[in-house]
Amino acid sequence: MAHEVAILGAGMHPWGKWGRNFVEYGVAAARAALQDAGLDWKQVQFVAGADTIRNGYPGFVAGATFAQALGWTGAQVTSTYGACASGAQAIGVARAQILAGLCDVALVVGADTTPKGFFAPQKGERGTDPDWLRFRLLGATNPIYFGLYARRRMEAYGATREDFAQVKVKNSRHGLSNPNARYRKAVTLEEVLKSPRVSDPLGLLDICATSDGGAALVLSSLEFARKHTAKPVKIAAVSTVTPRFPQTVIEMPNFSTDSAISARIPDTGFKDSIAKLAYEQAGLGPEDMQLAEVYDLSTALELDWYENIGLCKPGEAERLLRNGDTAIGGRIPVNPSGGLGCFGEAIPAQAIAQVCELTWQIRGQAGERQVQGARAGVTANQGLFGHGSSVIVKS
Amino acid sequence: MPPKPRKPAIEGWFTMDPAKPRLLGTRCAKCDTVYFPKEATFCRNPGCAGTEFTETELSPRGRLWSFTNNCYQPPEPYVSPDPFVPYAVAAVELEAEKMVVLGQVDGASVEQLEAGMQMELVLAPLYEDADAEYMVWKWRPA
Repeated sequence: MAHEVAILGAGMHPWGKWGRNFVEYGVAAARAALQDAGLDWKQVQFVAGADTIRNGYPGFVAGATFAQALGWTGAQVTSTYGACASGAQAIGVARAQILAGLCDVALVVGADTTPKGFFAPQKGERGTDPDWLRFRLLGATNPIYFGLYARRRMEAYGATREDFAQVKVKNSRHGLSNPNARYRKAVTLEEVLKSPRVSDPLGLLDICATSDGGAALVLSSLEFARKHTAKPVKIAAVSTVTPRFPQTVIEMPNFSTDSAISARIPDTGFKDSIAKLAYEQAGLGPEDMQLAEVYDLSTALELDWYENIGLCKPGEAERLLRNGDTAIGGRIPVNPSGGLGCFGEAIPAQAIAQVCELTWQIRGQAGERQVQGARAGVTANQGLFGHGSSVIVKS
Repeated sequence: MPPKPRKPAIEGWFTMDPAKPRLLGTRCAKCDTVYFPKEATFCRNPGCAGTEFTETELSPRGRLWSFTNNCYQPPEPYVSPDPFVPYAVAAVELEAEKMVVLGQVDGASVEQLEAGMQMELVLAPLYEDADAEYMVWKWRPA
């Protein structure tokens, strides 16, 4: 296939609240990925860094920051930002460089150090920035948007708080043995339901924490990979779609949806369009996937993703969950890594970490959380301000 | 002490008429698409090349699409009363504009809300300082 690149190496720095410089996590993850690939840093021709906006100037130029920390080699560099989708943007740029024949080996790195508590906007009086204004005028934290979506599922499909809590219970079991996960403790239904309410109907244990962590991938052309390893895992698709006008679902950090007065509402909504493009690129469908890693910023959002990535029809996600279909051992395990529920969100690392997990799963290296027969998997994620992110990894 | 003067928390987003407040948006002169907050340069409908806009008042009533609340005090730049009091946030569908607009909820907690209910726009205090009381739009069950 013309649009495939090889994943030669995957590496992470464990997620936690370490409080150290994000560069350290990125470099540790990069070194782990290079070691996994059996390559030397000096063989990397292109570095794609996923930016963090909470760590000063080095975070805005993450590619160069990591390249300098690894030791300048003259490699070409890029730094990308797409909020939670930053990692997919970096993967997308590296893939394009390889597919264009401009380089053979690329390193993708994302890492973050996060503050305590709610994510807040950048400081200063910024009366034209919707991300600042949503906090100023509404106090609309991220969990406010998660709460709106969760309540909508309850109203539209009869979902219950117990359904949402069961997502956390499942993911907490998945992450138990994951050495890179921050939270490795089995959580009970009762603990989730009794956790302090943050944004109704969601409690503290329904909402992912903010974490420090780092993830990296070494990508190469298939030709380079063939000389290097017998059967590399491949990236078959990278989708970084934006919404289509009118976007009729309220989205962070906006005050309103687009008005649908004049233009026809698209047949495929934004969140459905994210994985759809990835499937089209890969020439595969949801039925060809054996696992998925989706962005469970909240427990309820994981259920939305089941439908958005085509695992079931709208309104059927709760049934899939209740049947155990999305647990390890089920038909299509979702978030075998433990997901954000076990990791917490390290924004620029997260989309890369999803691909690391699929890589290890498809290689059969996931240990106790191994999904049997994993040959292809899909990731899904979304960054505020209209960033889709979906990657398909296959054997 | 005389009451503090009332000022909008943000200029130009809504009228300050306490009895009949209205959200202020713009309407593309070419395709009629409504924008809130205002868009005044280029129409964002990719099928429209409009560059002229008129100010328009949005419908003051709509249907509750979804709702949630803040049980904890949001971080800055939100200016919170001390002590913080939890409040609900609503997403309200405006039929004529075919859009959903967020707002804090005035006079009702999440227990009193239900998707589909009629909501109406009100003007209510957001915060105050030594000089003025700053007002914002909120939604209230109609």
